[in-house]
Amino acid sequence: MAYRLGVDVGGTFTDILLVDEKSGATYRAKTSSTPEDQSIGVVRGIEQACGLAGITLDEISDVLHGTTVATNAILEGKGARVGLVTTEGFRQVLQIARSFVPGGLAGWIIWPKPEPLASLEDTVEVKERIGAKGEVVTALDEEDVRKQLRKLKSQGIEALSVSLINSYTNDAHEKRIGELAAEELPGIAVSLSSDVLPELREYERTITTVANAYVQPQVNKYMRHLEAQLTDAGVKGKLFILKSDGGLISARTAGDNPVSVMMSGPAGGVIGAAWVAEQAGYKDFLTFDMGGTSTDVALVQNLTPRIGRETTVGDLTVRATSVDVRTVGAGGGSIAHVPLLTQALRVGPQSAGASPGPAAYGKGGTEPTVTDANVVLGYLPTELAGGEIKLDREASRSAVKSIMEATSLGSIEAAASGIIDIVNENMFGALRLVSVQQGFDPRDFALVAFGGAGPLHANAIGRLTGAWPVIIPPSPGVLCAYGDATTSLRDESVRTLIRSFHELDDVMLKGLLDELAANASASLLAEGIPQKDHTLVYSADLRYHGQGFEIPIVIDISKFDGKGAGLKSLSDAFDAEHERLFSFLLKNEHELVTVRATASAPRPDVASPTLPEGGTDPSAAFTFESDVWIDGASTMAKVYDRTKLLANNVITGPAIVTEMDSTTLILSDHAATVHASGSLLIRPTSKN
Amino acid sequence: MAHLIETATTPLKSVDVDVITLDLVENALRHARYEMDEVLFRTALSPGIREQHDEFPLIGDPEGKMVVGQFGLSIPDFLANFDGTIEEGDVLLTSDPYACGAAISHANDWLIVMPIFFEGRIVGWSSMFGHMSDVGGKTPASMPTDARTIFEEGVVIPPFKLYNKGVLAEDALRIILNQVRKPDWNRADLNGLVAACRTAGRRVVELCERFGADVYTSALEALMDRNYRAMKALLAMVFKENETLQFTDYICDDGVGYGPYELKLSLTRVGDKVTLDFSGSSPQAQGPINYYINENLVRMFFGIYMITVADPQILWNDGFYPLVDVIIPDDSFWKPKYPAALNARNHGIGRVFDLFGGLLGQTNPDLLNAAGFSSSPHFMFSGNYTEGDRKGEWFQLYSIGFGGIPGRPIGDGPDGHSLWPSFVNIPCEYLESYYPLRIEKWETVSDTGGAGLHRGGNGVDVAYRFLEPGTIAIHDDRWLTYPWGVNGGEPGARGTKWIDRADGTREVIASKVIDVPVNKGDVLHFVTWGGGGWGDALKRDPELVALEVRRGLVTDDGAKGYGVVVTSDGHVDAAGTDKLRAEMSKGRPTPLPTFNMGPPLATILERCLEETGLPAPQPPIRI
Repeated sequence: MAYRLGVDVGGTFTDILLVDEKSGATYRAKTSSTPEDQSIGVVRGIEQACGLAGITLDEISDVLHGTTVATNAILEGKGARVGLVTTEGFRQVLQIARSFVPGGLAGWIIWPKPEPLASLEDTVEVKERIGAKGEVVTALDEEDVRKQLRKLKSQGIEALSVSLINSYTNDAHEKRIGELAAEELPGIAVSLSSDVLPELREYERTITTVANAYVQPQVNKYMRHLEAQLTDAGVKGKLFILKSDGGLISARTAGDNPVSVMMSGPAGGVIGAAWVAEQAGYKDFLTFDMGGTSTDVALVQNLTPRIGRETTVGDLTVRATSVDVRTVGAGGGSIAHVPLLTQALRVGPQSAGASPGPAAYGKGGTEPTVTDANVVLGYLPTELAGGEIKLDREASRSAVKSIMEATSLGSIEAAASGIIDIVNENMFGALRLVSVQQGFDPRDFALVAFGGAGPLHANAIGRLTGAWPVIIPPSPGVLCAYGDATTSLRDESVRTLIRSFHELDDVMLKGLLDELAANASASLLAEGIPQKDHTLVYSADLRYHGQGFEIPIVIDISKFDGKGAGLKSLSDAFDAEHERLFSFLLKNEHELVTVRATASAPRPDVASPTLPEGGTDPSAAFTFESDVWIDGASTMAKVYDRTKLLANNVITGPAIVTEMDSTTLILSDHAATVHASGSLLIRPTSKN
Repeated sequence: MAHLIETATTPLKSVDVDVITLDLVENALRHARYEMDEVLFRTALSPGIREQHDEFPLIGDPEGKMVVGQFGLSIPDFLANFDGTIEEGDVLLTSDPYACGAAISHANDWLIVMPIFFEGRIVGWSSMFGHMSDVGGKTPASMPTDARTIFEEGVVIPPFKLYNKGVLAEDALRIILNQVRKPDWNRADLNGLVAACRTAGRRVVELCERFGADVYTSALEALMDRNYRAMKALLAMVFKENETLQFTDYICDDGVGYGPYELKLSLTRVGDKVTLDFSGSSPQAQGPINYYINENLVRMFFGIYMITVADPQILWNDGFYPLVDVIIPDDSFWKPKYPAALNARNHGIGRVFDLFGGLLGQTNPDLLNAAGFSSSPHFMFSGNYTEGDRKGEWFQLYSIGFGGIPGRPIGDGPDGHSLWPSFVNIPCEYLESYYPLRIEKWETVSDTGGAGLHRGGNGVDVAYRFLEPGTIAIHDDRWLTYPWGVNGGEPGARGTKWIDRADGTREVIASKVIDVPVNKGDVLHFVTWGGGGWGDALKRDPELVALEVRRGLVTDDGAKGYGVVVTSDGHVDAAGTDKLRAEMSKGRPTPLPTFNMGPPLATILERCLEETGLPAPQPPIRI
């Protein structure tokens, strides 16, 4: 049993990647997703992939799954009806939502306020109070709790969340309410804020806890269902879920803490990109995942993605550790428009979505989208090699014509170029957030482009960022499944302290770190991974006393050897990072806010496939020539079939490379080299 | 007038810029402006900036005209008032409204202005101001409600070079920081302001490297022109030629016993241009509520209100300024004579938006919101710990509260939200960790939002229990006059404050006070105003009214204001509702009045003591 199986369920397709751990040989399957019950599509895909590999389902050792069930529940507003228990006086914590209104001055006029995730009529207060230092100010009134829980029960809540003031310093009241809820509301899952996010700031902790409760019933149901389906189909291996931070956890753990898998999908892409980049010989890179409605970007340093403490899905931002992925509402379906008054050319954030979709799809869409602009410019050949969808170029032209007419742009092609330039700039903006804004120069990084539309825009994004080479992975559409299949088990344990450095010493901190490490290792041990194989990483969120934001710092545990250099090494690392980010230091005392330990199992040893040597000449893969519009003029581009490319082939732009699920555009003055691992590496040919 | 020293003398060339490059530059500048916020939030120490975001960035063109920003400050006026050279590496600082043409409007705001050089020429300016929690003077937080001159309002910094060719003026900074109560806050916040401006400078230089300085600066001109053209079309569309529109609103009192102050604004379009005229407003106030307003700020506020709905993605800039004339009478509330006190001008800033709302909404129904921009209520608490491991240590809090957002054309006003961009409240758990406070209640008050087809947002009641003795200060307004409703909507409720003393007595607190002693165990209730209602309340869906009763946002009694009768379990009594609505609609004027300001002012004043627990203010007198 040496087959790992990566499963990624997207909105349209379910991607399956079966990896023979010994040979590195991979077998891909792509089936339509089955939104009414995702597990149907998953099992169908698994059967297909096993068929291709000529193995039976019981030969699969592990099923590794990136899931969007939690994400979709949020995006579609289809989560559970959540009851919320708060401290007396704070029933409206979600209604007030820190009083924040997005947008500029006068932004309040046009802001549609989203409804709280737990309705106010399903929110109750209980008599109790914990002080800021964890002291009990008012004891918990258990009769009152029971009364309030019964009220929630009568209203028909489907999940319960509990978030009391200052519970991050003392969880006793929350724990007790959890016990009472087990009696009063049997069978209803309970999320306690002191479990989900034991951190200061009541709104952030509450919304995170409520989000956990909101998605939990669906996630649990899906996990159970999928596990049962897999068992029925004959799979003997275990099911693991990819967390937002890129690690794997057992399906059961994921079900307990589903808020930690809300970015599972995007994290899979970033982890997959790391695997691909490593095969191609690059360790530092930006990721660029462009889909139909949005684009996700992230920064990876030394094959380790930057981790953030927030997860944002749609309008909702929660405090949950995740790969620091930034999303911008720009994708193939983004609609271009010209406001009458200002006559500016805007692209997005409105999207044509899957229905009606771009005009080119011929499903009734008439508004000009980014995809239509690509079709007009010839970047998406209408007769795709193996493509299922036939593109209607005339429909695209007439859609884009409306933009030409509303602006002073001289031709349909110029209007289409404008649309592409602007959407590229929007995506460049997102890449700046993860690079320059964090003090990283994008020119020190490569760029890995994937997703349905990523490879089409990647070369242009490389030009804007200066990040070379641009790496187009083999089968860019199933990269997430690659990520699922190539990452490792991971768990973390976190504690919020908020202590000035003078209140700490090395021995005390080391003791705490050891405790956290033991907690983090426990779930790996439970999966049968021996302690000696665990990699432990310790980190801390630090700030100057009085600041409102923390900077995450990796702790060098070897400095905590009893000689007293530990804390100093932490403050030095913090100062270096502060200087790098903001170019100044303060004399204020350092403050430790949060510490965490992360335990990881060894990464699976998945070999990469190797293409046969083919020399520089790519002509064996040449299919036809096509008319494209690049840099303001019409020119002929050669079109190549990616499946026929061999190692070290060099494709000189302008050129187009087509494959089943993606199209790569290589601009003039650029060339793509085929790496033996299958990736295309695009670089400028004339560097100045 | 500042003397600008540039080492390159070739003038920048005006070149044609295509629409795409234009949008690229616009987009990049928008990102740079948000990056400025980010840098400051992450490094600031004072709760006012780090938790509440009381700061405003700007990027200007070579002349200092705003190309991106959202609020306040005028670099051209700053430069006109600065007597000295400015060259590469200089960073200027001021906090004196009288020395920069009111680019900032009180001494708590520290303003950084920095030239951006590219190849020896000035290609732009970056600038940012932030509200310092304390700038010294006679009361903690430096906003004495009884001040009559600016000399009582702490250190007032004239425009000077904080950095001279990149070298920090350490002595000057030392002298300034010696005046304030929390120098480490001011130092960190100031560092953050400078770092943010430098970040913007780097982004502008990158744009010049990418497109060339000529294209970049020409793009700025084109962006200005885009605003000019858009505004020209909009003005002609919205305002009839030669018709004068007028609107009047009030500031309730001035902190030293006079009020209400009448604030008037009128608008007339002649040809392409409109004139905004503040004539007829009350004379300059005796107390510190004067809002010394810069003409360019008036233009910008006006513009933002006009165009936000037309193209929300537009990058706001100064390009349309030539289309707007502004008349501000001397020695008035809006242009007081030096050295009038200015610290409490936040009520005036809020009210200027209600004025614009009421004025512009008359001909532009898409923009007619009810009133709610009533103040940015401040709460301050300070003292020395008397026990525990911090015994003797000084603590000082400055925080901003929020009220109800008014009913709007697109829907209800959110409850207890901020009308100010990027502002957020300070979390209860943060306050309790860093201050001797316990928050016993933090919720919106039912029925305080004005009834309407679209309900006004409810005001907020925050109950602070003091765990140490100290003093508090409050800046608030709309305790006397009402946040008005529109298109038939009812006014929102007024704000109120009281202290429940530990000895069981209750004390009503005026809306502008300083140095009020509080003792351990006292509880302050700070209740803010509700937003006015929008549209006919009798047309609101009864089911929605009942749902809001179940949610505790509206009471059974409050539901009757919508003509809705609700059963004891919070559901609609259909027959009762039909009957009540029929009764209530009898004898109403058709159409319902556009504005509902509540009872006449004379009645409000007459009932003042009875209704608010506070004596009525005296009519303002000219000084």
